Amino acid sequence: MNALVAAPIVLPIAGAALSIVIGRSRAAQRLLGVAVLVAVAGCAIALLIEVDSNGPAVVQAGDWPAPIGITLMVDRLAAIMLVLGSLMLLGVLVYAIGQGRVDGEEHRHVGFHPVYLVLSAGVAGAFLTGDLFNLFVSFEVMLTASYVLLTLGGRRSQVRAGMTYVVISLVASALFLTTIGFVYASTGTVNLAQLSTAMSELPDGLRHALALLLLGVFGIKAAVFPLFFWLPDSYPTAPTAVTAVFAGLLTKVGVYAIIRTQTLLVDPADRPAGLLLTIAGLTMAVGVLGAIAQSDMKRILSFHIVSQIGYMIFGLALFTVAGLAGAILYIVHHIVVKTTLFLIGGLVEHRAGSSDLDRVGGLLRTAPVLAITFLFTALSLAGIPPLSGFAAKFALVDAGIASSAWIVVGVSIVVSVLTLFSMTKIWAGVFGGEIDRDRDEPRPMPALMLGPTIALAGTAIAIALAAGPLYDLSERTAEDLLDADRYRLEVLGS
Amino acid sequence: MTVILAAAAAFVFACGTYLLLQRELTRIVIGLALLAHGANLFILLGAGRRGNPTFIGDDPSADYLDPLPQAFVLTAIVITFGVTTFLLGLSYRSWVLTRDDEVQDDLEDRRVAKRTTPTEVEVDLAEVGAALDAEHQREAEHHNEAGPDEWETP
Amino acid sequence: MRRSTILDVSTRMVTVTTLVLSIYLLAAGHNQPGGGFIGGLVGGAAIALAYVGGGLERVRAFTRLQPWTILGAGLVVASLSAIVPLVMGRAVLEQGFVSLDLPVLGKVKATSALVFDTGVYALVLGMVLMAFEALGEERTPGSSTGSTPGRGEAS
Repeated sequence: MNALVAAPIVLPIAGAALSIVIGRSRAAQRLLGVAVLVAVAGCAIALLIEVDSNGPAVVQAGDWPAPIGITLMVDRLAAIMLVLGSLMLLGVLVYAIGQGRVDGEEHRHVGFHPVYLVLSAGVAGAFLTGDLFNLFVSFEVMLTASYVLLTLGGRRSQVRAGMTYVVISLVASALFLTTIGFVYASTGTVNLAQLSTAMSELPDGLRHALALLLLGVFGIKAAVFPLFFWLPDSYPTAPTAVTAVFAGLLTKVGVYAIIRTQTLLVDPADRPAGLLLTIAGLTMAVGVLGAIAQSDMKRILSFHIVSQIGYMIFGLALFTVAGLAGAILYIVHHIVVKTTLFLIGGLVEHRAGSSDLDRVGGLLRTAPVLAITFLFTALSLAGIPPLSGFAAKFALVDAGIASSAWIVVGVSIVVSVLTLFSMTKIWAGVFGGEIDRDRDEPRPMPALMLGPTIALAGTAIAIALAAGPLYDLSERTAEDLLDADRYRLEVLGS
Repeated sequence: MTVILAAAAAFVFACGTYLLLQRELTRIVIGLALLAHGANLFILLGAGRRGNPTFIGDDPSADYLDPLPQAFVLTAIVITFGVTTFLLGLSYRSWVLTRDDEVQDDLEDRRVAKRTTPTEVEVDLAEVGAALDAEHQREAEHHNEAGPDEWETP
Repeated sequence: MRRSTILDVSTRMVTVTTLVLSIYLLAAGHNQPGGGFIGGLVGGAAIALAYVGGGLERVRAFTRLQPWTILGAGLVVASLSAIVPLVMGRAVLEQGFVSLDLPVLGKVKATSALVFDTGVYALVLGMVLMAFEALGEERTPGSSTGSTPGRGEAS
């Protein structure tokens, strides 16, 4: 048990180290990377089964007891995120290897595999950690790795976009650090379990200020409404596989942190429900409107990330079991579908030489398999029944109606329609239309690239088929989240 | 002491923010480093009021200054060190590519802006398109000479 | 402009002293101020001095290993200190120590945390070396008029 909890962090770090040492052989690096991520995914699934049946698992690093040592805590939410995260990382790694074989200097770069593994260690750390400072450290590990991945290759557009991304992230990190300073100075602890009681004993103003600071810090990372501007600019320039991981996973780590801190640290009496609802509505609307204005497939999809984050915040803002369960189901669906869509975007770019809607066309005829995969995932993103997006959105809307949040429910439905509109725009621009004869002969798609994409799309369909059991799991998770006493009991033992 | 430290943190924050808003990349890098230092100073302030001292044993805890904030600051410094090195590498790369120490404009952004405000006609769309093509060309040229310089682990 | 002899000789002397100091700090780490990262930074300062005195050639003269090999080896050692306790069935990163009676040094407490610190030390040194490799110039500083980098001439 002990080893199982620590493995998702320790294994990738050790793997990264080995990967650097054996840097001369790319084949060995690839093998090592895949092996490590398979092992991590295995551990994550074992953890989820264990946690779901036997309750949360807590590990104290170095065997120091809870408030003093570093706590690693796996509850259902962490386990679900970990399973999804490791599966996505694995799928994208296989895709990246496939792409590295045919083109893309970046994916063959000696640093790619070590840094990718460090990224996965950071992601796992953020999900597993039980204290605020280590959440910061995990975020930094993850972000530093992401800076390197984003700029690997050093192309001009990458350097420009990378600079924006790094600067924004660092400002957010400085703010996070300051927030930790505030929290520690006022409560004398950074252990999440202890904080949950210590925060509620603070004076009113201070409590609200801390809750808002935490929301702002993670809001930048999660790209919610006023703080999303950096995302559509920086994500599309990265190498495809990297963008897919960023799009599917990194912002969701921010959402995870928002959910965790707002449910655990903020007193039930003063949860900022109204504020979060407003943010959720605006994030959805602004994101989708931004997407409509774009004419590049990757940029459209990047704006859609923002829009989708709004749905997750919407579920959280209700602070009911049904709302949170909907949000969790939505995250599960979104991570899979978004990653798949970006991988498809990469395949389109690989095949047609561009992802600009004006430059490509007619892929329905030259690449029918890709077109069908896109159709399923895009319709799922828009929330067409019976696909996975429908189940998730239905759960959210249902919860919203139960809490009578009429306006946001209305916004979410309109946004779904607009999402469908911009998906049909991609469809018409990329897959429909005439084949451009001036272009070079379309290049074949390697199995290693197409395989993971179809596998992930299959996962999205599996989510739709298993929506019932998954919703039950999400509901159990939501009940855990709203019960802060349980968390305290597990970590502190009293 | 607390007031001095608070004032110092505020001053460092102010300088950092000012530098961050400049257009030169080197100033931005220094500004970010200053911001992080400001946050570190700020955390040290938190050491004044006592949390639960980390030591286990019989010693009267009143004799210790709380060591945890110092551990935080040390960790944060480690991270800042790594990221600053990376940023320096990145801005150097930017200088190599453009011979210019300034933040680059986003051509794609300008094109979108161009499309939404048709009244402004100083920049012809075709011109921007040509600039974009030249950009792609340059990228293709630079593609092959990417060295193993910018990769490091935190 | 030629390199100053005083600068050359003095940096050579100070570099060695600084390196010794960095190793002392590494070893003193557990119970006294110091540790892997601080030792590594002081070691990095020694490398920086060598760069000031003799340029990139002298930085390269430190070791024939590639910077990333040093960095990777450091990370391997550090992660081993997390894995070994796990394999032994203990908590991750758990430490142990033995008290040794060594000649000359007297009673010394050897902790397993030193292994982790050594890894961190190598990691920081590797990273500093890498930074100089990436950002440093081939020519000794001040030996040419412009500071044109080797790469990127094509643009």
